[in-house]
Amino acid sequence: MIEGRDLVVCRGGREVLHGIDFEVAAGRVTGLLGPSGCGKTTLMRAIVGVQIVAGGRIAVLDQPAGSRELRSRVGYVTQAPSVYGDLSVRENLRYFARVLGVGHERIDAAIETVALGEQADQVVSSLSGGQSARASLATALLGEPDVLVLDEPTVGLDPVLRRDLWATFRSLAAAGTTLLVSSHVMEEAEHCDELLLMRDGDLLAIESPDALRERTGQHDLDEAFLALIEEREGGGA
Amino acid sequence: MSARITWATALRVLTQLRRDPRTIALLLAVPPFLLTLLKGAYQQDPETFQHVAGPLVGLFPFSTMFVVTSITMLRERTTGTLERLMSLPLAKLDLLFGYGIAFAALAVVQASVTSAVAFGLLGLDVAGSTAAVVALAVGNALLGMSLGLFVSAFARTEFQAVQFMPAIVFPQLLLCGLFVARDQMAEVLQVISDTMPLTYAFEALNHVTTEGTLGPRGTLDVAVISGATVLLLALGAATLRRRTP
Repeated sequence: MIEGRDLVVCRGGREVLHGIDFEVAAGRVTGLLGPSGCGKTTLMRAIVGVQIVAGGRIAVLDQPAGSRELRSRVGYVTQAPSVYGDLSVRENLRYFARVLGVGHERIDAAIETVALGEQADQVVSSLSGGQSARASLATALLGEPDVLVLDEPTVGLDPVLRRDLWATFRSLAAAGTTLLVSSHVMEEAEHCDELLLMRDGDLLAIESPDALRERTGQHDLDEAFLALIEEREGGGA
Repeated sequence: MSARITWATALRVLTQLRRDPRTIALLLAVPPFLLTLLKGAYQQDPETFQHVAGPLVGLFPFSTMFVVTSITMLRERTTGTLERLMSLPLAKLDLLFGYGIAFAALAVVQASVTSAVAFGLLGLDVAGSTAAVVALAVGNALLGMSLGLFVSAFARTEFQAVQFMPAIVFPQLLLCGLFVARDQMAEVLQVISDTMPLTYAFEALNHVTTEGTLGPRGTLDVAVISGATVLLLALGAATLRRRTP
């Protein structure tokens, strides 16, 4: 599980996370939602331990974020696919499997999970954006990490595939994996057990989609998010 | 550090290179082509050709690996694969040594092909053995690689990285003693060339090609080359950050 206290991050001389507190429960799918530029990626980078933080602390699986022991237990998929464009999907996975020290059977399993069987021997740079994003996701699944941090994994995917991926996330969570999945599309919130709602570097709420609906009296999650913002800003607009 | 990860990295880099046959063809064909041009240019002065071409065989891999490494490393940085690797159980040395093994292998092939053409077809004749020239060439390749690795941290784009070639490699080539003996240069230039790693690379090669062996001075040159390589690798490792702003 993941726990953050009073987390402050500055980027480019500007404070982008203003001392936020949060918890992500184990074995659940937690959605990190908010508009583009609100600090979702920065928060995820801090959790994975690749972000220099200015203040506060984060513990992942009871270890400080980014500690050596976590490197094989936390999987991270950046928004831009981070795989080698001049290698095939399988060659990429083979390399990362060797780095992680996992067996070859995991490669086929990961390819199957992201439905890239037909493209497995194709060079990544010849794949579509969605396909290379899935290749990137597959590398994070290789080591069967306890925590998976996924930055906008479903952007630009066709609806069938998006549904399948969410089903995959659900089954991973059911098997005990802790997932943190970001999105700027509120409809994706539907698939999550719990939501972290962010705006301008602050957390507006941490609650389940149903609790959010109930509290705001809005059935549509987009409307509910708007209501939440208005409530916070003293009913402004 | 892990031998498994180091080897995996070396294999990965070599696979990437294999995917780009045109680059490999250029890497192997350009040095013999340039030596052939040089031979033609010095047609009236074969002695100077012998004097310049011998060490040059061992200096090509330095500049090649400098460019190849700085671009490859820059790509790792800009495509996010470096950040991914840094979040995995991989030691920085695994990455650096993996690169080293891959580029040393490439340097062996490049220096062998260049030597075969130079000694076999172009009538180049040196006092020392071909094997010694190839061995020094591989050492120079590793020197070029570590320098490329280090400077890649200062490039944001591939355009910038390519410009480091004339900015960082050319001055060393001009002042290393290959074209003009160092004792004929202005004192200030001699002092500058004393600080440049390529000077020692040239002198070691020059000992082998003119005297047949390294001798004590040449051995010292090799020690300086090795030391510079280790130092640059350490500096390069310091530019690989697990946490970034």
